[in-house]
Amino acid sequence: MFKIVNRTELAASIKKIEIEAKEIAGKAVPGQFVMVRVNETGERIPLTIVDKNPQKGTITLIFQEIGQTTKKFGALKVGERILDIAGPLGHPTEIKKYGTIIAIGGGVGCAELLPIVKVYREVGNKVIGIIGARTKELLILEKELSETTDELYITTDDGTYGEKGFVSDILKRILTARPLTRTPAYPDLVYAIGPVPMMKLVSEITRPYQIKTVVSLNAIMVDGTGMCGSCRLEVGGKTKLCCVDGPEFDGHLVNWDLFLLRNKRFLEEEKIALTRMDTNK
Amino acid sequence: MAKKRIQPKKTPMPRQAAEIRKKNFEEVALGYTEEQALVEANRCLQCKNPICIPGCPVEIDIPAFIKKIQEKDCLGAIRKIKEKNNLPAICGRVCPQEEQCEKVCVLAKKYEPVAIGRLERFAADYELQVLGERCEVSGKESLPETLHFTLNTKQPKVAVIGSGPAGLTCAGDLAKMGYPVTIFEALHKPGGVLVYGIPEFRLPKKIVEQEVAYVQSLGVELKLNYVIGKTLTLDDLFCQGYEAIFIGIGAGAPKFMGIPGENFNGVYSANEFLTRVNLMKAYLFPEYDTPIRVGKRVAVIGGGNVAMDSARTALRLGAEEVYLIYRRSRKEMPAREEEIENALEEGIKIELLTNPVRIIGDEGGNHLPGWVKKIECIRMSLGEPDASGRPRPVEIPGSNFYFACETVIMALGTEANPLFPKSTPGLALNKWGYIITDEQTGKTSLEGVYAGGDIVTGSATVISAMGAAKRSARAINEYLGSKKR
Repeated sequence: MFKIVNRTELAASIKKIEIEAKEIAGKAVPGQFVMVRVNETGERIPLTIVDKNPQKGTITLIFQEIGQTTKKFGALKVGERILDIAGPLGHPTEIKKYGTIIAIGGGVGCAELLPIVKVYREVGNKVIGIIGARTKELLILEKELSETTDELYITTDDGTYGEKGFVSDILKRILTARPLTRTPAYPDLVYAIGPVPMMKLVSEITRPYQIKTVVSLNAIMVDGTGMCGSCRLEVGGKTKLCCVDGPEFDGHLVNWDLFLLRNKRFLEEEKIALTRMDTNK
Repeated sequence: MAKKRIQPKKTPMPRQAAEIRKKNFEEVALGYTEEQALVEANRCLQCKNPICIPGCPVEIDIPAFIKKIQEKDCLGAIRKIKEKNNLPAICGRVCPQEEQCEKVCVLAKKYEPVAIGRLERFAADYELQVLGERCEVSGKESLPETLHFTLNTKQPKVAVIGSGPAGLTCAGDLAKMGYPVTIFEALHKPGGVLVYGIPEFRLPKKIVEQEVAYVQSLGVELKLNYVIGKTLTLDDLFCQGYEAIFIGIGAGAPKFMGIPGENFNGVYSANEFLTRVNLMKAYLFPEYDTPIRVGKRVAVIGGGNVAMDSARTALRLGAEEVYLIYRRSRKEMPAREEEIENALEEGIKIELLTNPVRIIGDEGGNHLPGWVKKIECIRMSLGEPDASGRPRPVEIPGSNFYFACETVIMALGTEANPLFPKSTPGLALNKWGYIITDEQTGKTSLEGVYAGGDIVTGSATVISAMGAAKRSARAINEYLGSKKR
């Protein structure tokens, strides 16, 4: 049983939860996730580890309440426990000195971006951040990200904060301000994490510039340890497992259409579950 | 002296009728009554030189336990079995006895063998029932034989990775020898393939829980949600003071054919399909949150026990028609005959000498694009034997046809999951990623590290994993004993 030690509402449906998980806190590195099961009838879902405190023996998770499991988890209070956390899973982010990195976070993806940006900066990269949300209320971690990036651009779809538009607009602007050939002032890496259509679009934008683009994918998982194949996707024409080969992949090699389709596999069941949850309240 | 009249056939096992059982997840085989067990036990000739014992991978003293049943001492029978087998309620249900002890039974020469497996199950269930009536199953005081073991003496501690049949057996045997043992399990429930792979209607999960509780009652510590290789490494375990380690992580990686269209929605590996249903109880959706979707027509590719399990599960989830598609003939199907018969009785059909070529899905224009629509199959003929000794299936050119279905389950066997081996440098693997071990002891290339079960042999049976685990437990005992001196 894993006890909740701290709980913050970052936005209406976005929760930040610090939870006891001693061994995982000792081992986790940026880019990794845990499989979480809230109660006996619950599903196992992957959640990215955004921070850890090995001395306290806790990890921090930030998630948006979309389906049953995240809603149940988000409703729990400090001192309450969840049944299972297993990890840390997935390949760690490859941390290298690339030079200049453009780090893009969309919506709750900003939470997952933070630990990555911190560690990229630590090894001497210049980090330009671009973060976006649908509206001002859903924009999270602006302060933390402005402290850990060299430049930070902010967008909201409806223009209620920052620039009106999408993170991809800013990316296009930055890239087109430079010539189409590689020069030293060019980003050496683009890292994107957020809604799938955003990551797909970012990859399409960087493709003609041949800039290495890393995306972090959230596939439907069951065990999270490479056992079942539920999270399989196509990368460079080969079938890979998101849980053990990922969750980060080369955005230019991902079969995005297939990924989007596979993520919709249980839409009907998810609707049934949510309706049932609301009726039972 | 009057010759004892032998009942030529086994005492039949009471089962749920096919029409009823194909709509529920309750156990199909209902178990012998005491009267039936007595009749069956009395078929045993109590041979002076029993051939059945070496036929058992864990060497249960079969005539001895059957004699106890003849004498109506059922608790004595289970005690005898448990001298060698820590998981009798499970083995009595899933062992392929017809390939093992029953195959060599003397009666089998002229008649049907003694139903050794059914008697083992009877004795195990009897004890579980009696214990349930007496007190908490997991309480030490309910098991007389635990008093004979000196638990957790000042012995070096041993780590066991995996709580499947191999891990549970190795841990139980080492605990009986007095070692403090900790089992590290990656999932949130113990049992491994017993809990995620074998369906409820063949092996009720309550039974698995009770058998695990028995192993724990021997003094074994169980830690769930520990993914060794990620949460802790082998080196971490040695640093924590464990002096020997047994690896029983199973072969858990899904095998796909690599044919076009395999990633369409509606195509599952048998691992995913069964894990959703057995471990996550998707058959109880929406009471349980994990979903599973099964179409009206289901195709299961494969011919082993897992294929039978997948097909029979799909039927119970509401599929109208379930087909097994198998590339060789009925004779070569590796599944237990009993399971194939159960499947056929339940209305599952088999397309023999057939193999999928590609999977075709909805491209769009449908409210659920990206779902399986049909499989293109080809007919096969049997050629010369291949490496497995079985005739090699050869495509018959031009025999392609389409098979309409919405769900495809790949039950082709499993491969070695690289997660653990990759994190353990120095652990010698063969070219398929399985751990190389000494056949007699399970010793790996690393000092103090042993392995057994599917991660060594590839997917096999529960009982063979248990046999390997017992050999490793003996070897670990010798190794730790020799270290002390």
